[in-house]
Formats: sequence, structure tokens, C-alpha cells
Amino acid sequence: MADRTPVIVVEDLTARFDDRIIFEHVSFEVYRGEILVILGGSGCGKSTLLKHMIGLYKPYTGRVLINGVDVNTRNEAELQRLRRDIGVTFQGGALFGSMTVAENIALPLKEYTDLAPADIDLIVKMKLGLVNLAGFENHLPEELSGGMIKRVGLARALALEPTVVFFDEPSAGLDPVTQVELDLLILNINAGMGTTMVVVTHELQSIFTIAHRVVMLDKEARSVIAMGDPRHLKEHATDPRVLAFFRRQPLSQWQKES
Amino acid sequence: MGLTVPVSLSAKKEEDFKKEFSIRVRGEPGQAVTFVLSGRLALDTFKPFKNEIFALLDRFSPASLTVDLSGVTFLDSVGALALVELEEEGKARSIPVELANAGKDIQRILGIIDRAALTTPPLKTEEKLGVIERVGEGTITFVDDLVQVIAFVGDLVIALVYSLFHPRAVRWSEVGFYMKRAGVDALPILGLLSFLLGMVMAFMSSLQLKQFGATLYVSSLVAIAMVQELGPLLTAIMVAGRSGSAFAAEIGTMMVNEEVDAITVMGFDPIKFLAVPKVVASMLVVPLLSVYAMFFGILGGLLIGVFLLDITMYSYIVETQKAIALFDINSSLVKSAVFAAIVAGIGCQRGFKVRGGAEAVGAQTTSAVVAGIFLVIVVDSLFAVALHYIR
Repeated sequence: MADRTPVIVVEDLTARFDDRIIFEHVSFEVYRGEILVILGGSGCGKSTLLKHMIGLYKPYTGRVLINGVDVNTRNEAELQRLRRDIGVTFQGGALFGSMTVAENIALPLKEYTDLAPADIDLIVKMKLGLVNLAGFENHLPEELSGGMIKRVGLARALALEPTVVFFDEPSAGLDPVTQVELDLLILNINAGMGTTMVVVTHELQSIFTIAHRVVMLDKEARSVIAMGDPRHLKEHATDPRVLAFFRRQPLSQWQKES
Repeated sequence: MGLTVPVSLSAKKEEDFKKEFSIRVRGEPGQAVTFVLSGRLALDTFKPFKNEIFALLDRFSPASLTVDLSGVTFLDSVGALALVELEEEGKARSIPVELANAGKDIQRILGIIDRAALTTPPLKTEEKLGVIERVGEGTITFVDDLVQVIAFVGDLVIALVYSLFHPRAVRWSEVGFYMKRAGVDALPILGLLSFLLGMVMAFMSSLQLKQFGATLYVSSLVAIAMVQELGPLLTAIMVAGRSGSAFAAEIGTMMVNEEVDAITVMGFDPIKFLAVPKVVASMLVVPLLSVYAMFFGILGGLLIGVFLLDITMYSYIVETQKAIALFDINSSLVKSAVFAAIVAGIGCQRGFKVRGGAEAVGAQTTSAVVAGIFLVIVVDSLFAVALHYIR
């Protein structure tokens, strides 16, 4: 598993829209081959942090490095290489509705490699097998269920063999069985290919299943309030906000006791 | 004491550094052969690696093949796919292939490749249609579309008549909003266009009329053309482009986001809730826009008349007044209101037709503009015939 080489470095990151500060001075690292979960209550800026990490938003202060490259670099060539080195799965799948499943997955391969069409077809079949969707090449996204759409999104994110894959709420809107299947798929791919993964979620079950480490954000504190192994945090954390989250209890109870 | 053929190949790709692999071969052709792989087997080396190793397989056609993976420094799932393909090819040529000395990481990656998936046929195949089938399909689509438009017109008329008798059921704040969007916001561009149109018309007609010394009639020509035809028509085309398309895109996006479903289950009629305010607003504001367009068209003509054709401003205005009857203006106002209903109605109808995603929104928006302008021109010619007999 994780060999403690940082793949992603987040340094002193502050997110601010106009006068509203979402979080400030956030710093952490993601190690090679680990699954890091970013968690926190609604509105704490989990998705904002993710969008900063993939370079969609510009930071107010600080920076994010992936494999040593600043995600907001102005160097086009570096940025291109970086973009090919990361894969992102979006909350709603973000599949292109006018393209079939196979075309969705083949798109980055067609644009970025000079492989023959037959080879691309074969790679697409392999990726579909990877996400347990063999045979679904010619389906349109609208013909798929929510869980399938997420899995196609994952296959597309994996198309260029990225070293880091980001997940935005992978289990949102899925039934428990599909959630577990997706979690196992994430674990399987992480173990098999050694891909580093950053997952934004607040599904407790998923967190305990997949996370090697978590980073917990808080809305009021506007920064990271806990970091580490979730199983350890559940037992040994002292911060009432962290305990309330992991034990699924209302915060008021912990405040009364402490 | 095998013959050793060192083959090394480096992928010639722009920037890259580590994109290298090499294959060494131990053994004689036709006997037990070992390929010793080293370096990087990945997406970027897939093509040269496959070409190379299949060429070697052809050249040696071994009795049995051992692939030694001890030197492989990096393998991703595409690299693993290449190895799986090699095995499958061996099976097809009935050559036993063995992948040897695979490290833990390599075994793991090979393990997640689902071999059955590679040969699974697609669950759904696209059928190719012949010419006759396509003509049939096109006809069905056309008739369907016609039926839908007629049904929508019916619904819309019922909703409008209902609104006439229950004016408090109309969302007037929305009507005001769309009157500003479709009307006030269109003033600058519509004024400019009709002004230029009036100028062009006056100038072009003066070239002909000059030959008969009849340049004074430029004023009545511009006035009649602007008031009876071009004012309402230009306005309708303008509104189709600006607002018909916007209505289609807005309602279409609401369809995609299930907002229209929400409106329905909350007990509102989507047509009354979404279409009526837009159509009413357009019917109120477009006749005003038409008058505005007529005014600027005549103003453009006046400018040419006064400055290029030496007509005095007084006589230009008198001639213009003589040329226009009140009947013309009234009929144009009615015509404009009908155009407005067509353009806004088609915009809404195309919006409600959206199914699927972004692409459908685009297609229906285009269709709203094209169908809107088409119907406006068809109805305009019907008006021309009807007005000819009424007058």
C-alpha cells in the first residue's frame, strides 16, 4: 500500500469567493497508492477543496502540487501532462449524453494517443470489464442506471491510466447494495493498479470500507479539524465534532457532556 | 546455447523520458523460446510493444513460449492487456504461453483484467436502416411532430382563454419579466436594424424612381412597405431569434432537470405555469415593437430622402401620412400579435419536446427558431391574401 511518497501536496490553501471564506490555511499530503477520503458535514467545502485540487478553481492563497506540478501552472505543456495524469469522476457522472458508453471512454484515447481503432476498442472492452460492465459499449447514458453511470464515469476517468483518480461523492444517490459494490470496485482497482485515490464523501459506511486515511473539514472552523485513520479517530478522537460525525450522533449531546 | 537476438525499441513520443521497453529472445525458431521483457509496458508503449512482440512471434513461431517478466519495471492495465492478448494469440496458434517471474504488483494487475469481458459481444447492436425504412421513419416523425404541435396549440388556446376569464390566475410578475426580456431588451438592436433597412430601401428604390423623376414616392414606398409588411415581419424574425430560442432553451433545460415534472406533481399545469406568461408577454410586447420598428424604418427613409434626394422634410412627412391608412396599422398590430403567439408558442412547444440531455436542448432550440420563422412567413402570406379581400 502507501509508501509515504507524497503524490499530492496541498499547501496553505485558502478558498474564498468574494467575501466568503470557505476554508483557510489547509495543508495536507496524499501518499502514493493510498485512498484518502475528504469528509465533513454539508457545506463545509469538501467539493470546493476537490475542485481546487483538480485545478478548476484558483486558490486565494497557497497551492496544490500533483507529482510536483502546480495544478494552476501557466505552462501549457506541463498542464497537459498533468491533466492526462489525473482522472476525475463527477457527482452526476458527467457522461456525454450524445455519445455511447464506448465513445465516452474512447474519447480521451482517441484524442491523446495514436492507437489504432481496433486497439482502442479492445482497451474500451478491458476498461468496461474492469468496472463490471462488459457488453454495455453501445448503450447511451440515458439507458443506464445511476450506479452504472458512476461506473462508466470511473472507466472514462481511468482511460489514460492516470496515477491519481478523484471521486466527487461516488455513492451519492445510490442504494446500499450498489454503494458497497462501487466501494469494492474502488478498492479492487486501488489494490490492483496502485492508483492513488482522493474521494469526497460523507457516507460513513463507505468511509470505513475504503479509506486508508481521512481529512475532515468543518464549516465553522473553516479548516481541517482531524486527519488520520477513520477507525482510530472513531475510538480515540477528542474533538466532539469528530466524534459526533463518526458515531452518528447529534453534536448537542457531545457538547452537553463535555 | 541459444541464439540471442537483442531487439530494443524506444517509442518516439514527444516529451517523454521513461517510455522504453526492450525484448530479448532466447531460443531457436520452432522450439522452446523465451522472451525476456524489461522496461515499461504501459498505454504509451502499447502500440510499439504489440507490433514488436507479434512480429517476433511470427518470426520464431515457437513450440512453446515463456515470457519472462522479471525485468518489467512498470505495468499498467493497458500493458497487462497486451500480455493477455499475447496469451490469447498463443492459444489461437496452439502455442503454450507461460508468463514467468511476475512480481507481486504485476500479478495483481494481471489479476484484475477480466478476460471474458474482452470477447463479450455488445448487448445492444445498432441497426442500419435502409432508404425506405428511413423515409418511413421520417414520415412518422413528421406526422408525430404535426400532431404534437396541433395538440399543443389546442392546450395553449384553452389555457389562454381560461386566463382571459381568470386574469388573476396568470403570473403577471412573470409576464412583466418576459415583456422586459423580449421587448425592452430588444429595442436597441431592432431600432438599428429597421433604421438601416429603411435607409437601404429608400436608397435602392430611389435609383429606379429617379429615372421617372418620381423620387418623391420613395416616402410612400418606404412607409407602405414598413407598415404593412417589413415592420411586423422583421420584428417577428428578431423575436424568434432572441426570445423563441430562449424560451425553448429555458423550458428544455427545465425538462432535463426534472423541474417540469416537479411543477406537474405540485399540481400546476406546465402550460399555464410556463407557457402562458411567455406567450401573453410576447403578444403584448411584439405589436409595440412592430410600431417601433415601423417608426425607425420610416426615419431611415426620411434621412435618405432629405439628405440624398432633396425632398424637404415637410413634404416627406406629408407624403408618408397620405400613404398610410389607419386600417393598415390596425391590421399590422393584429398580425404582430399573431406572429408573437406563433413564435413564443413554438418556442415553448419545442422546449417541452426536449428528452435526454444537452444535445436535445440544442436541437430543439434550433428547431424553435427555424420553425418559428417558417410559420411566421407562411402566416404572413395568408394575411396578405386575406387583407387583400377584406380591404
